[in-house]
Amino acid sequence: MNARGNWFIRDRGIQPPADHPQYKSTVLRAPKKSLLSLQQTLSEKTGPVFGHSDLDPLDDDMIRNAVVDREPIGERTIVHGYVLDQNGRPVPHTLLEVWQANAGGRYRHVNDNTIAEIDPNFSGFGRCMTDENGYYSFRTIRPGPYPWRNSPNEWRPAHIHYSLFGEAFTTRLITQMYFEGDPLIPFCPIVSSIPDEGARQRLVAKLDLEETIPMDALAYRFDIVLRGRRSTPFENRMEGN
Amino acid sequence: MPQEYLKESASQTAGPFLHIGMYPSAAGLPIRTQEKPNVVASPSIEGERIRIEGYIYDGGGNLVTDAQIELWQANSHGKYNHPEDNQDKPLNPDFKGWGRAVTDFETGLYWFETIKPGSVPGPGAQPMAPHVSLWICARGINIGLHTRMYFSDEEQANAGDPILNAVEKGPRQQALVGQRSSGDGLVTYRFNIYLQGENETPFFDI
Repeated sequence: MNARGNWFIRDRGIQPPADHPQYKSTVLRAPKKSLLSLQQTLSEKTGPVFGHSDLDPLDDDMIRNAVVDREPIGERTIVHGYVLDQNGRPVPHTLLEVWQANAGGRYRHVNDNTIAEIDPNFSGFGRCMTDENGYYSFRTIRPGPYPWRNSPNEWRPAHIHYSLFGEAFTTRLITQMYFEGDPLIPFCPIVSSIPDEGARQRLVAKLDLEETIPMDALAYRFDIVLRGRRSTPFENRMEGN
Repeated sequence: MPQEYLKESASQTAGPFLHIGMYPSAAGLPIRTQEKPNVVASPSIEGERIRIEGYIYDGGGNLVTDAQIELWQANSHGKYNHPEDNQDKPLNPDFKGWGRAVTDFETGLYWFETIKPGSVPGPGAQPMAPHVSLWICARGINIGLHTRMYFSDEEQANAGDPILNAVEKGPRQQALVGQRSSGDGLVTYRFNIYLQGENETPFFDI
């Protein structure tokens, strides 16, 4: 493989700061000291590679992958899009892990005791990989919004959690996808931890009427951008070298 | 106008229920129960067998019992299982070098079973001391935290490590070193992570 350049420096101006007191859980979990800026080494420029052997056949279909006796209740939904890097190039063959609440806003998790019921036919666990063009899709039930303990009357907008690897340990990203038109988005302190309006808007999936399946499922389009890298392999010189 | 690029998608917290998507057996889901993502090296993998374990503390001294920690490391020869590592060193395709662990809901303990990595080249081809890269996410962590663990029995290599030497000497530097102990034939490195406070672990912008 040809030598390739360093990954672009992360733009912290569009990323949430560690400390965002309106989201109370950050108060004791946010590091207070400055992050140490390091030159990228082989340890950062490499990362785990996953393949189709890491997937089960129904991982990309949350409508079917936990069925016990019938399909889950809720809005049948397709989510699809591209994973790109900052140069606009597709990120092929990269793993996406997604998880979410059910249509009532309840997670299938031993620690979730919110008021809504579990749907025994829905797990909220999904995985898929991008193809050679960076394209991915999965099928699910639209998650419900839910209340949580932060301020006395706090609600999360409907969202799907995403975990992405990209090509290196530096490109690792966890984010959340929201749904166009959800009136709860502007009130959410987790959304507002992102300091940039454009960056917040880019986490909102758009209704995609062309991709809907008539009489079956609505579709939403959600593209994700991972860090890009320099095209040239020239490295900066270390002091003293 | 400078050249324009796409902006990286913004990070969001993994939340308290991250296990559903990334460690489903811990969430209580009856799927992927055979997966042991915190066992990084199976018995056939060459190298010194070690355990890495510890706790994660918040700024109030409380145990963080809903975190996930990911590990990325080279093999015992100091080679990563990745196309960009073109060093002429042995590679076993069965050793991915990646794992993830979650802190126990009750005890807060996380642990990995793996092998001790070899040394890999750093900036300017200067060797780095053996280390594993770590990445932490949890409820209340808005963007994943990168750090490294070095090995306490590698004093000489650690003293020459360019990354460790970029950290203030003393407790800050020591916070990046896992402490070796052996008992019952098992070598264990203890590595506690402090998200905030006097003993705060150094985290990296890489």
